[in-house]
Parts: sequence; structure tokens; C-alpha cells
Amino acid sequence: MRLAFSLLGIVVATLLTVAMLFTPGWVRPPIISTQTGYRGTGQEQLISAQNKRILEAANALPAPIDPASPSGERATSAYKNVKVLTDLSTDEFNRLMVAITQWVSPDQGCAYCHTDDLADDGIYTKIVARRMIAMTRDINKEWTSHVGDVGVTCYTCHRGQPVPKNVWYENPGARHAGGMAAHNYGFGHPSTSNGTTALPVDPFTPHLLGDDNIRVVGKTALPTTRGASIQQTEQSYSLMMHMSQALGVNCTFCHNSRAFLDWSQSAPQRTAAWNGLQMMREVNAVYLETLKSLYPANRLGPLGDSPKANCGTCHQGVSKPLYGQSMLQDFPELGGKAAR
Amino acid sequence: MALLSFERKYRVRGGTLIGGDLFDFWVGPFYVGFFGVTTIICSALGTALIIWGAAMGPTWNIWQINIAPPDLKYGLALAPLKEGGLWQIITFCATGAFISWALRQVEICRKLGMNYHVPIAFGFAIFAYVSLVVIRPLLLGAWGFGFPYGIISHLDWVSNTGYQYLHFHYNPAHMIAVSFFFATCFALSLHGALVLSATNPGKGEAVKTPEHEDTFFRDSIGYSIGTLGIHRLGLFLAVSSAFWSAVCMIISGPFWTRGWPEWWNWWLNLPVWR
Repeated sequence: MRLAFSLLGIVVATLLTVAMLFTPGWVRPPIISTQTGYRGTGQEQLISAQNKRILEAANALPAPIDPASPSGERATSAYKNVKVLTDLSTDEFNRLMVAITQWVSPDQGCAYCHTDDLADDGIYTKIVARRMIAMTRDINKEWTSHVGDVGVTCYTCHRGQPVPKNVWYENPGARHAGGMAAHNYGFGHPSTSNGTTALPVDPFTPHLLGDDNIRVVGKTALPTTRGASIQQTEQSYSLMMHMSQALGVNCTFCHNSRAFLDWSQSAPQRTAAWNGLQMMREVNAVYLETLKSLYPANRLGPLGDSPKANCGTCHQGVSKPLYGQSMLQDFPELGGKAAR
Repeated sequence: MALLSFERKYRVRGGTLIGGDLFDFWVGPFYVGFFGVTTIICSALGTALIIWGAAMGPTWNIWQINIAPPDLKYGLALAPLKEGGLWQIITFCATGAFISWALRQVEICRKLGMNYHVPIAFGFAIFAYVSLVVIRPLLLGAWGFGFPYGIISHLDWVSNTGYQYLHFHYNPAHMIAVSFFFATCFALSLHGALVLSATNPGKGEAVKTPEHEDTFFRDSIGYSIGTLGIHRLGLFLAVSSAFWSAVCMIISGPFWTRGWPEWWNWWLNLPVWR
């Protein structure tokens, strides 16, 4: 009997261990590492050589398009109903239209936004596209604190798809009980938005649309006030999980975990991330949420809100979108340094 | 019976692994042996180097003294002394001292005709240390992945290295290791309490026997593992703690670079409810 139990125990333990090894996601050396803090502080980013190759292939730039002359006939005189790209030459304008088709609707072509009358605003995608071009130019001009000189183009998010792969909607969470147990604050439902943890499922509505306080860590060794609630704290952590996943980095990319809140001990990347959060709030509130009334029902979220952007929309798993390769240099039509 | 006169009859020649009769002697109560000598040399040199490193550093505050490993850029090469080279030599000394100590235990076991349970058990603790400062750095390709020698600094390293995997408590091997640590404490406290309760009966009561101890557990949980069995269990639990701690660090980095919460996606993706 005792022997049988021991044997059973050994068999079960062995099976569990072997099963553990065959779960997806394991990697093997060589591991490519980057040190981001003083030696021995454990501030490092790790990625396997194999996964890096996969990510680099996924972030290759699309085929280049020959540059166009900024002088010559103006787009506003060649075309009717030009509202945003009023400063471009016709050549530049045409080039940008070709590029947008390649970046956003390669399969659907021009007809994704245009009818036979190019000036017609009848299809909602055209109005959305116009808004997106204004947004892109705004980001490249006003948000260099986040995008630097690298800037963004339509391709940064779209990557050949009419709707970018990573968008979010307000998420009311799973159905829950009523009465005293009325709310579980979206806990316990692992999803891509909370990094497959038990943290709240929608960190975006409070932080990337609203401007809830993200910094929840107490500033004194012992509590002097009630401080942030557990719910607020878990919202912040959920957002941080999202940022890590979206950028393919870990917490130490921005923070020294001995003092998460202390800017003087944080990496400079934290400043870029903070500016990115401010940028996201503007992008979502000013440019994306306001398009709600235009979209057909199948483009809206469960609560009837429009698709919105988060860190993953541009970053797509790497700390600098497209590994920091600037397409904007080749597209002065979208504003930014090259246009200045 | 005085302790030394009792021990004298076990102070037999031979059983050494290296050095023959040369170091086969005692100093006071301590057996020396070749590995006693190497233990002393490694630990004295290592400690002296730590003090020297502290002297070169900015502080004598015992909490803040920090001897950090080299930058990752040095890879598996030797680093300049003041930029992590010292850490490399100290690591070599520490590993040498620990292994010497285990081999000295082996020699003592051989002298006494005992089996090697003690050095093997101690070997698991050495394995846990070596996996942090040698095996994992080798697999990741840089000595800089070792932990720094310093009270606060090694805690900072633990914290950041944990956060490299977003939430280290999701690491399955870490879960197993922590469970074994708790189980070790639980078993040891039950065992200690049981023995003390049997040997410290109430006033006027006779000291109780192992049969009483067995009966206590049979009465309370229906089963007693027995006087020998509890020590087998204790060894298994303790050795497993050290083993799985080593595993949970070796897999973090060389074989898993994402957040540990993500590992549990297999659970979320089970065909039953996916």
C-alpha cells in the first residue's frame, strides 16, 4: 500500500513536471539582454534571439514610395473638398493617397473610402480617414515629447489593416451579482488588456480616456492618510501590465522597483511613457471617441463607444514602434520634422 | 562522559578524499582535512575581499555596502577589479568555500562509516546559490546577471529581477518552492513541538515514549509517519525547497523571458472553457 502511494506520487509529480515543460511560450538561449540600470540592480530587458527575429520580421517597413515634389500645382486647386491636406502639392497629395491605400486598405483599395466622385464624403471611412490624418499630423507636430523625430504614420498602427489590430472598447466586465455583491470591479477575468492576470479588465477607460491618478504609491514610510483605494491601485497595476505587454518590456524598463514612484531613480523612458499617457488621453478624447456617431454598429463596442487606441496600437510588442525606424522622414506630407 | 573523551574513539585515521594523511588531524574540536584548509583559504580571502571592496566603496554603513557584479557588456569575460572583477573573485571564493565545506563533510562521513545524507542535503543549498551566480549567468551569457553582495543591494536585485517577469509569484517553480518552504517550517515545528511535548510532561508525569508520539498523531489525523519517517520527510521537504528555488531562477531568463502571468495561458486555453 505504502509503495503504491509512493509510486503514484512519483508518477503524478513526473507527469505534472513534464506537462509544465510542454506549455507554450518557453524559449532557450541565446538570450539577448539590455542593461538599463547600474550594474547588479537587476534592471534588464531580455528577449530570446529567436523571438527577436520574429519581431524584427513583423516590424519590417513596407515597400518605399518615390518622393514627390512639394512645389507645383496645389492639391486644393486640383481637388475639391480638401480640408486637412491643404498645404500639399498635387504630387504629394497623390503620393500620400497611394501610401494610405498601401498601409490601410491594400485589399479594398481606393473604394474603401471613395466613391466615383472623389470629393464625395458619403462613406464614413473617408471622414474617419480625414480625422486620422489630422491626428497623425497633430501627433508629429505637438507630441514630439513622446514620438520624438521618429514620428508616426498611418502604418505605425494600421500595418495593412483597415482597423488596427490593437484597439480597445469600454469593457463593462463579466456579468455580476446584484445587491451587496453588485460589483467586483472587473477582477478575476484574465484577458489581453490586463496581461492575463486577475487585475481589472478595463484599465483604459479610467486612465487612457479619463485622467484618473495613476500614481497610487504612498509617499511616506507609514500611511498618514487613507491613500489610494485597492480598486484604484489595481487599476494602475492593470494599466502597467498592459504597458509592459504592449511594449514587450518588463517593469524595470521605466522603474527601479525599490521605489516605483521616485522619478530620480527611474529610467528616462518613464518620462517618455508619461508623455505617451498624456498623448493617449488626447488622442482618445479628441480624435477617436468623437467619431462615435459616424461608425456603423459593427465597429462599436458593447457599450456603443468607438474603437480607441492604447499603447499596443502603435507599439505592437516592441518598445519603439517598428524598432524605431522612422517612416516619417520619407513622408513629410504627414508633418513632423521633415516637413518643418 | 566528557565530549572530547567520547569523541576520541571516533577520531580514526583515513577516509580522506585528497591529501592522504597530510591534513588528517584535528584542531580543538574541529576536523581539518584538505578541504578544511581550502575552506579557510577561500572564506578568509573572500571575506577580506568583501572588506576591501567596502573600503573602496562610498560607505561603511553595513546595510549599504555593495559589491556589484560587472556590467552586462563584459559578458562571460573577466571585468576590471573595481567594476565587478572583485565580485567575480568573491563569487569564486564563496563557491570554493561552500563546495570545500561539503567535501569536508564527505570526509567526516567516510571516517565514521556514515552515509552521505548531510553533504548531499547541503549540496542542494550550494546548488541554489550556484544557480544564481554561476549557472543562470552562464546560460544568459553575462556574469552581470548574478546578484550583488550587500544587504540592501541584493534585496533591490531580488525586487527588480522579480519585476522583470512582471509578477514573479506566477512562476510555477517559485510556487512549488515557496510551498515546500512553508511545508518545511510546518513539519519542523510539528516535529519539534511533538518531541518537546513528549519529553516535557506535566509535573510528576513520566517522560513519554515514541509510542505516545505516534499515538498523538494517529488520534489527531489518523496516521503517524513515525520517528524515522519524519526525518525522511523533513529531508525531502527541505531539499525540495532548495531544488525548486534553484529551478525557479534558472528558468527565469534562460527559458522564459515574458511575464510569468502569461505562462498560465495554458490554463486559460484548456479546451474545457476556452
